[in-house]
Amino acid sequence: MQAKRVTFGGTALPLALLAPQLAVTVVFFVWPAVQAVITSFQREDAFGLKTEFVGLENFRDLWADPLYLESFGTTMIFSAAVAVSALVVGLLLAVLVDRVSRGAEIYSALLIWPYAVAPALAAILWAFLLNPSIGPLTRLLRVLGIAWNYNVDGTQALILIVFASAWKQVSYNFLFFLAGLQSIPRSLLEAASIDAAGPWRQFRTIVFPLLAPTTFFLIVVNVVYAFFDTFGVVHATTGGGPGQSTTLLVYKVWKDGFIGLNLGSSSAQSVVLLVIVIALTAVQFRFLERRINY
Amino acid sequence: MGSVTLSNLRKVYAGGQEAVRGVSFDVADGTFCVLVGPSGCGKSTLLRMIAGLETVSSGTVAIDGRTVNDVEPADRDIAMVFQNYALYPHMRVRDNLAYGLRNRKTPKPEIETRVAEAARILGLGEMLDRYPRQLSGGQRQRVAMGRAIVRKPQVFLFDEPLSNLDAKLRVQMRVEIKRLQRSLGVTAVYVTHDQVEAMTLSDQLVVMSAGRVEQVGTAIEIYRRPMTRFVATFIGSPPMNILAGTVEPGGIVALPEGGRVTVPAAAALAPGTPVEVGIRPEEATRRAADGASLRMRVDFAEELGATRLLHGKLGGQDFIVQTQLLDQAADGDAIGLSVEPSAVHLFDPGTGHRID
Ligand SMILES: Nc1ncnc2c1ncn2[C@@H]1O[C@H](COP(=O)(O)OP(=O)(O)OP(=O)(O)O)[C@@H](O)[C@H]1O
Ligand SMILES: [Mg+2]
Repeated sequence: MQAKRVTFGGTALPLALLAPQLAVTVVFFVWPAVQAVITSFQREDAFGLKTEFVGLENFRDLWADPLYLESFGTTMIFSAAVAVSALVVGLLLAVLVDRVSRGAEIYSALLIWPYAVAPALAAILWAFLLNPSIGPLTRLLRVLGIAWNYNVDGTQALILIVFASAWKQVSYNFLFFLAGLQSIPRSLLEAASIDAAGPWRQFRTIVFPLLAPTTFFLIVVNVVYAFFDTFGVVHATTGGGPGQSTTLLVYKVWKDGFIGLNLGSSSAQSVVLLVIVIALTAVQFRFLERRINY
Repeated sequence: MGSVTLSNLRKVYAGGQEAVRGVSFDVADGTFCVLVGPSGCGKSTLLRMIAGLETVSSGTVAIDGRTVNDVEPADRDIAMVFQNYALYPHMRVRDNLAYGLRNRKTPKPEIETRVAEAARILGLGEMLDRYPRQLSGGQRQRVAMGRAIVRKPQVFLFDEPLSNLDAKLRVQMRVEIKRLQRSLGVTAVYVTHDQVEAMTLSDQLVVMSAGRVEQVGTAIEIYRRPMTRFVATFIGSPPMNILAGTVEPGGIVALPEGGRVTVPAAAALAPGTPVEVGIRPEEATRRAADGASLRMRVDFAEELGATRLLHGKLGGQDFIVQTQLLDQAADGDAIGLSVEPSAVHLFDPGTGHRID
């Protein structure tokens, strides 16, 4: 399609129009990123009096640090759990809403609400609902014979933050899956039903493969979210504990840098995260470019 | 084999829209039945009820003598070709063809022979390993047909399968569909709003209007003896001319601004009865203007190559005459026309029914 183009003469006006966005990007993103990369090659002495260039030593220290590796593992498990649960629940809800003929808009609107709630707030709500002493859900679990206390049980703490983080992503995934489902022509499923495919088989052999591009896109988005956007959730609920059990990489960056005041190590950790997000984004773009258009 | 019997079939959609209002007809085994009618008259709805894709509000659908109202589409032994083909975009042609057989747990070697056979019949050999997006419209159409024939169903259902093709390809595929149906000897129900397709393909033609069947018969019967004014004007191109007039004694109908037509059927009517006279453009012949019982003033002529269409006014009403290439009538000429009494149709202006 040929879009109508408006052209500006010269470069002054375009620059002026872009300036606010560029300024924000430079001040809040590029500048700190450059700082982090520089700091990651330096080490500060205990009194913060002088810094020296140490090359890759901060990175080498990270790989040798069992706490860091443990945090890496925790983050992997956490992201996988968040992505999988948010995708599965989002898809399930989308399939259900796609099937109802009446009131689908109402369901959709309600299901999008959680996305509007800031993750940290949602996390606090979940922490309250599952509070070891006063949480209503805790009582329910107790009735079911489950002793729930995320303050002492590391696995339970991890489950809590998975829950609180996936909660919001469900809305996002739901929206994309619903759009994906609705773009599948009805006649395909009708042809399949004449071809003796029951509902489950239709889903497995027609619907799911046709949702593959959407699913792939959402996996990347969810993993990026779980890796980088979950600081607030951890901070508002478990604070990385008990012990190290919910210390995700993003949380550890902050804790080592601002609590532990080990700026070199913290910066090296940020750089590692930066590299991961760049890699994920690259994969995403590669895929989007080559995406098969049905 | 597969006869289709519809009795008193009705469909009321959830919104209260009554799309099919009591339809009954039989399609004998091996017959090519075409449903034709204007847009929105309920053709697709009727077809989809036969397929089982739409529930039946009342009445029955029977296939091969068995009532199938509550039978799943997969178990009705039918195959359907959709207007947009509905090929599975993520499967190769081969898998598109085999999908229905696999779901039915047909043994592998059997699937292979059937797919190969369908591919041979439809000339799909080289395309088996392509995806639908790598095919042209005509090829996709063939794959859709292939998907129907591999299953060897009792009844083929087609919903405007050719409407997405260009004019030339449409004629070619039309012939292919007819040949295929003949050679397989399978019953077919075919929906179209193209009356040329309807005339050429059908053994049995069903003309529908506003959810009702207007007439069932062979194409020729319907063309020669349309039972309602609607059918008369819908079948045939250019459409039949309809002129309002009044009966005079002796089987004559007088037109308002002069002109008289002899219609045998009018003899039985009381003089003064208002009627409508139907004359096909190809049944009116040119004569000298002087002394002709019908005179028309030519507004303009359309050249169609082998024939010409003269558009004009006859007795103050629109009229079209189809004449030969060599006809010389020019715009503004007054021409004379005559019609064989047996080629004139008479309709009741109130009900639109044919008067014999
Ligand atoms: N799913 C539906 N819900 C409500 N009304 C419908 C539905 N499908 C069709 N209709 C209505 O039923 C009537 C018949 O529709 P149908 O699709 O059978 O027409 P058709 O004869 O196939 O027309 P066309 O030649 O345009 O395809 C129309 O008035 C249409 O608006
Ligand atoms: Mg239709």
